[in-house]
Amino acid sequence: MGALEAVILTIITASTPLLLAAIGELVVERSGVLNLGVEGMMVMGAVCGFAVSYSTGSPYLGVLAAIAAGVFMSLLFGFLTLTLVANQVATGLALTLLGLGLSGLIGESFVGLPGVKLTALAIPGLSQIPFIGPILFGQDILVYASFALVAAVSYVMFKTRTGLIIRAIGDNHTSAHALGYGVIPVRYACVMFGGACAGLSGGYLSLAYTPQWIENMTGGRGWIALALVVFSTWLPKRVAIGAYLFGAVWIMGLYVQAAGVGIPSQFLSSLPYLVTIVALVIISGNKTLSRVNTPACIGQSFVPDR
Amino acid sequence: MKTKLLGLAAAFAMTLGAASAEAKTKACFVYVGPVGDHGWTYQHDQGRLVVEKELGDDVETAYVENVAEGPDAERAIERLARDGCNIIFTTSFGYMEATLKVAKKFKDVKFEHATGYKRADNVSTYNAKFHEGRYIIGQIAAKTSKSGIAGYIVSFPIPEVVSGINAFMLGAQSINPDFKVKVVWVNSWYDPGKEADAAKVLFSQGADIITQHTDSTAPLQIAAEKGAMGFGQASDMIAFAPKTQMTAIVDDWSGYYVSRVKAVMDGTWKSEDTWGGIDSGMVGMAPMTNMPDDVAKMAMETLEKIKSHELNPFTGPITKQDGTVVGEAGKPLDDGAVLGMNWYVKGIDDKLPQ
Repeated sequence: MGALEAVILTIITASTPLLLAAIGELVVERSGVLNLGVEGMMVMGAVCGFAVSYSTGSPYLGVLAAIAAGVFMSLLFGFLTLTLVANQVATGLALTLLGLGLSGLIGESFVGLPGVKLTALAIPGLSQIPFIGPILFGQDILVYASFALVAAVSYVMFKTRTGLIIRAIGDNHTSAHALGYGVIPVRYACVMFGGACAGLSGGYLSLAYTPQWIENMTGGRGWIALALVVFSTWLPKRVAIGAYLFGAVWIMGLYVQAAGVGIPSQFLSSLPYLVTIVALVIISGNKTLSRVNTPACIGQSFVPDR
Repeated sequence: MKTKLLGLAAAFAMTLGAASAEAKTKACFVYVGPVGDHGWTYQHDQGRLVVEKELGDDVETAYVENVAEGPDAERAIERLARDGCNIIFTTSFGYMEATLKVAKKFKDVKFEHATGYKRADNVSTYNAKFHEGRYIIGQIAAKTSKSGIAGYIVSFPIPEVVSGINAFMLGAQSINPDFKVKVVWVNSWYDPGKEADAAKVLFSQGADIITQHTDSTAPLQIAAEKGAMGFGQASDMIAFAPKTQMTAIVDDWSGYYVSRVKAVMDGTWKSEDTWGGIDSGMVGMAPMTNMPDDVAKMAMETLEKIKSHELNPFTGPITKQDGTVVGEAGKPLDDGAVLGMNWYVKGIDDKLPQ
């Protein structure tokens, strides 16, 4: 295996959880809902994915459990903010705290156990191609899922009627409601999609990245995903660029350290944040476009009049 | 946050239940992580369980887990002191000031602070010479590595970590003078993802053996995937990498905890500083496996030599990275030099963050 190939494979592993969580949150925010509970949904996905895969021996059942846990958490958020019209920011923060605590409780008996690793699913033939084969076609199913999700969200959001409805609801829920679109059902669907993606992202951590469960193992990745969505001005392709840029700079920092170049490690650890923010701010430089892409109703509650 | 509250509630409930049994000596523990971390905190809790087992009905124990270093620590320690603990073990470096503050208020309670350096009339300190174990795994690494390069994942540039890297390197150099150590700092004690990334990077840069001064099992799992070898940290991690872990440095606090709690019972407790090594049993090694017999034999011999004080990892003269020489020939560095170590030995492929 070539050195460059190894670098790229490591970058993909580091970037995938960020991309999965961010692409889900992008859809949520496009529908006008701000869910700050990504970290909580992720960590619940991680613990449930691990628990189920450990108990059943099947990592794929673990993946399903991770998704289910994320959806469950997002439904809780949806019920509070969409049905009971609670404040989205406060509820999102509470969801993160709840997720971190609850996952610790559920996972107590699973700490320190060796997990079942989600093995790579090499695509026969294609994965034999030198260099690009292992990188593009030798990954586990969640990496393929992250690629597919970016493409699908990009297509649905900007090329279909469904996407148009979601964006309309995010931009002006009163008008969308007046036109007869169900603001609340659509938002529920988007929130659940975001929960599924966050759960999947957590599952990636406890099943593929490091097959084990440990309290708080998301380590703030949910917050990075949230920031990526904003800095990429709610565009799927930019979210992907941002996630990979972050992963790449982080991994390159480790390479520079291991090579013994002598740049302070604290600086290298902060570099991914700096580079990603600067890069995304530069490519999102067009103010008019940014304004068009920002969901105008984000974070606002909606009560349909009857 | 939630678990911390639960932990506090649990500790509180335990103390309430104990209020009826006045005569018992009560030993309490404050942990920085969850007892199930399978590393640092886990080993301290194993020590607590031995205290319960050995001293039986005369003693009663309680613990609070997941206590953050800082203001929370002071509250947690004070709560335990108020609830009638006779001796309180605070098991993380960052509890130093909090322990001293509470100790000032509760003169009758004995305090034991792990890895710290500030004492008082009712505050003892204790630590283990982990670097002795690191010298041994350095020798094993140099004997078994094919590429002659080891990867070393580390948390923060504090003296304990630096002296560990140096001891590992000195052990390796005693076998192979050209041995190389590549160091990666992840700036965290516990982040499986980061540790896994660091391990991958080190392997792709030629290392075929990995060791760590971080607490998760992730680097060993990556080593297993890559067909490389590694060592466990703080506790025996063989379950995570049955074919990969060669041995592990195991912290064993149980002997110390039993003797200190006994001292409180007998009224012989005194404030002192304990720095135990392999000789005291505070530092142990997991069974040597996954290595040729002659290597295991050599490792055991070194272990015995360190135990009998025939060998000290930091025996002069030692050449520093900048070329200067410390220590007299044949004489070990004094404790202060090891406890405050802030320089690398020659041959380490890294610049020490300042």
